[in-house]
Amino acid sequence: MKARIHVTLKNGVLDPQGKAIEHTLGSLGFDGVNEARQGKFIELDIQETDEAKARETVTAMCEKLLANTVIENYSIDLEQ
Amino acid sequence: MSEITPEIVAEHGINEEEYALVLEIMGREPNLLELGIFSVMWSEHCSYKSSKKWLKTLPTEGPQVIMGPGENAGVIDIGDGNAAIFKMESHNHPSFIEPYQGAATGVGGILRDVFTMGARPIANVNALRFGEPDHPKTRHLVSGVVAGVGGYGNCVGVPTVAGEVEFDPSYNGNILVNAMTVGLAKADRIFTAQASGVGNPVVYVGSKTGRDGIHGATMASAEFDDASDEKRPTVQVGDPFTEKLLIEACLELMQTDAIVAIQDMGAAGLTSSSFEMASSGDMGVELDLDQVPQREEGMTPYEMMLSESQERMLIILKPGKEDLARSIMEKWDLDFAVIGKLTDSKRMVLKFHGDVVGDLPIKPLAHHSPEYDRPWVPTPDSKDVLASDISEAADTTDALKTLMSSPNMSSRRWVWEQYDHMVMGDTIQRPGGDAGVVRVHGTNRALAVTSDCTPRYCKANPVRGGAQAVAETYRNITAVGATPLAITDNMNFGNPERPEIMGQFVGCIEGMRDACLALDYPVVSGNVSLYNETNGKGILPTPVIGGVGLIKDSDKTATVAFGSENESLVLIGDSIGHVGMSIYLDVIEGRREGNAPIVDLAAERKNGEFVRSQIEAGFVESCHDLSDGGLAAAVADMVIASNMGAEVIKPADVETPTTAWLFGEDQGRYLISIGDAESLLEAAEEAGVSAVVVGRTGGNDLTLPGGSTISVAELRECNEAWMPNYMAG
Amino acid sequence: MKAAVIVFPGSNCDRDIQVALRQSMGSEPQMVWHKDADFDDVDLICLPGGFSYGDYLRCGAMSAKSPVMKEVVARANKGVPVLGICNGFQILTECGLVPGALMRNSNLKFVCRDVHLKVERNDTVFTKQYQAGQNIRIPVAHHDGNYFVDADGLKALEDNGQVAFRYSAEDGSVSDASNPNGSLNNIAGVYNSKGNVLGMMPHPERLCEDVLGGTDGRPMFDSLVAALS
Repeated sequence: MKARIHVTLKNGVLDPQGKAIEHTLGSLGFDGVNEARQGKFIELDIQETDEAKARETVTAMCEKLLANTVIENYSIDLEQ
Repeated sequence: MSEITPEIVAEHGINEEEYALVLEIMGREPNLLELGIFSVMWSEHCSYKSSKKWLKTLPTEGPQVIMGPGENAGVIDIGDGNAAIFKMESHNHPSFIEPYQGAATGVGGILRDVFTMGARPIANVNALRFGEPDHPKTRHLVSGVVAGVGGYGNCVGVPTVAGEVEFDPSYNGNILVNAMTVGLAKADRIFTAQASGVGNPVVYVGSKTGRDGIHGATMASAEFDDASDEKRPTVQVGDPFTEKLLIEACLELMQTDAIVAIQDMGAAGLTSSSFEMASSGDMGVELDLDQVPQREEGMTPYEMMLSESQERMLIILKPGKEDLARSIMEKWDLDFAVIGKLTDSKRMVLKFHGDVVGDLPIKPLAHHSPEYDRPWVPTPDSKDVLASDISEAADTTDALKTLMSSPNMSSRRWVWEQYDHMVMGDTIQRPGGDAGVVRVHGTNRALAVTSDCTPRYCKANPVRGGAQAVAETYRNITAVGATPLAITDNMNFGNPERPEIMGQFVGCIEGMRDACLALDYPVVSGNVSLYNETNGKGILPTPVIGGVGLIKDSDKTATVAFGSENESLVLIGDSIGHVGMSIYLDVIEGRREGNAPIVDLAAERKNGEFVRSQIEAGFVESCHDLSDGGLAAAVADMVIASNMGAEVIKPADVETPTTAWLFGEDQGRYLISIGDAESLLEAAEEAGVSAVVVGRTGGNDLTLPGGSTISVAELRECNEAWMPNYMAG
Repeated sequence: MKAAVIVFPGSNCDRDIQVALRQSMGSEPQMVWHKDADFDDVDLICLPGGFSYGDYLRCGAMSAKSPVMKEVVARANKGVPVLGICNGFQILTECGLVPGALMRNSNLKFVCRDVHLKVERNDTVFTKQYQAGQNIRIPVAHHDGNYFVDADGLKALEDNGQVAFRYSAEDGSVSDASNPNGSLNNIAGVYNSKGNVLGMMPHPERLCEDVLGGTDGRPMFDSLVAALS
């Protein structure tokens, strides 16, 4: 099963890289971008086939290593 | 195997004449793998086929030289049983295509050249040249290259202590990224690539092999055209973390007696490393390509042999040392594989899935590569511009302000603050002075390192320009109190198949040779980068010189910062006010005209030895060499560095017009600040060195003859603002 | 005093801190490889700067999970002083020994230069030989030193006196202009609540000798030696 994890900065945490992206898009003439937030995308190929168990394991991975919950949120998508 | 058509041969950058030689060496038609191997081994980058004839004329010997050109890097004796190992290498084309990774892997490659010989890298230097600031690509390239140099060097933990950044329209389509590493080793523990011992295992360590950079060595020898952006996928990606592990693991392995020979996999990867090792030991090699650690599935022998994946080394071990070596590599989480053995066949035999897929003779391929005597024409003399040909500046201080805030004279702080220049805890002089100075760890000795070249001089007069580049490093090293020992060179030129470009190369080599001989300052390593042209327009001839000098007592050095108020400023060396090709003429009058300044090598040496003796004796408070912008720019640098003002006074008996006196770029000169000028002048007279008091330190302002007064703060602001403002634009 | 310096793969200031400790201690600190969780009892544990695990994923994230850090956390909780510098500070935040997180510098660039620091308090084992309020000059060299903690956390830090150093100007004033990386409240270093763990971005070990340009880092190591010997 594939687990796709998005890690993003929490709302309220300043994202200097997102700000730079927003600024550069503006200078390239792409108007109408209200905000840009930069995050990470991590794809795991895992052996577990039971979705509930997989979610539990991947959540633990996020809590322990993949995200720093002081500043980051994460979301998990699973695909058989 | 596929049939080798003339098109396939041409795609490999091999011309008809060369292919005839391939057929003669092989005694049959090569297969694609073998052709690929010929192609990279005979590329300009690996074979030096256009430049060899001339490089051989450079002086490479001296009592301080332990190993000269021909090894991975040059080795010099620095006393106490220690050796300095150094080299400079270009990564120009890859950096233009992908600036971050190109520059990063350039740094990684030169680090490997140095630690493969047993040295711990202790200093990085880089010489960067970009197109004009207004060119649409320049800002992006500067940003990426600087981040790449820093990203790699900072992570491996080697301080970047010196370098240059220059802008010129001739680099619009061909930037130059020349990286230099200096390492420290025990003089009796130098490792080479010379293989020996039939049956000894050939071992692969480091990162896995992927498809990156295939044909990078060939790309580095091809001209660009507008389609070059499409070559992006062949640029390799660096992993400085693995490099750091590789440094530690190799140095740990070198502490044992397991290694016969070691060679990094640089340009042309496994091919050039295995050929160079076998060839220098006159051995044969048999490689089983199935054993090569692979990052991707289904890699062909062609891809494995030509891959330029980074952070890999090839080692010949003594028999029975495999387990010891494996345990050290595994400690550092690095791949380790025995991929073959040495034979006495003097041939390279490549096996894959049990079949022999390539079989080539080693010596003819490595040593009988084509060598060209390219036709060349000398560069015609330029009509000089005399001091009397320029009008006096209305206000010399205004002119200085304009100069100091111009792209090529403005402060590079924005650049070097992105490089960790203090890691390893031995940086005595940080960037921004004449040379970076790093202590020899655990001793009171130190090494001074610098890189220099004035391409506009080389264009106007290659012979003088070549000599000047060498002399300027000599002067920068002297100005911190060090004795210049040896140089590395990075020859960046256009298309050598054009006689006028070849003439620039030949002229620069002649000037470099003269200077090296006169200054007892041999070349111990180097690199050539040709075909730096886009759509037929070549770069300025740019022979970058990296110099290394020795300080015996690190308490006796000089910096560019004044000691205190009321010191005398003493100008060492003759000033005739040479304004031809000066930065003043270029920036203030918009004329890039005239001849390069004469480099009087006897005076260069005499003045240098005098200045060094005064610094070593502890008399000198501060010292700065005079180069771009002459006396006025040197005083300005010193004022900014010391946060203290100065007054420049033109002696009454000087007949040179004031503007030329202040901004002329006569060579062989230094500006010194000293408490007791009388003794210095006496000593200078005794030594037959020209010395004259030209002002004093003190106050919060700088005053020039023929000029208004400027505060130190304003001068600093105008010098430091350009680069960050430009990059923010 | 006995000290240990933990060496992670990718640490690159381990030798620098070894030299600084040796200078103040007059003896050799123990260099501990990160796989060796079973190291001697020591009076001080140092986590050096560098790019452990290449700063991949997040700075300090992987090192914080290495076997040796479990032991370091256990000993810190028993009161053993722990000093984390630069990457060491990042590791300390990642394993929760000190609060907050270190994010990419606000200008997105690596910065290497001397900064000034205001010493907030001098009643800890790390700072006794400084004066409270003293302004010192120490270099920074980092890409991710932008200190962040949520509003409650920040209030707690300030209320408990857990801020160790603030980025200041040469004249000692603390303002946005003297902030090199965007850190909240110009925070350059923080203590844990008990004051036996200090994480800081600046590198005191880099300025302990006149020939290197200054000695403002040395009192930290002298303080530790005086307090722990």
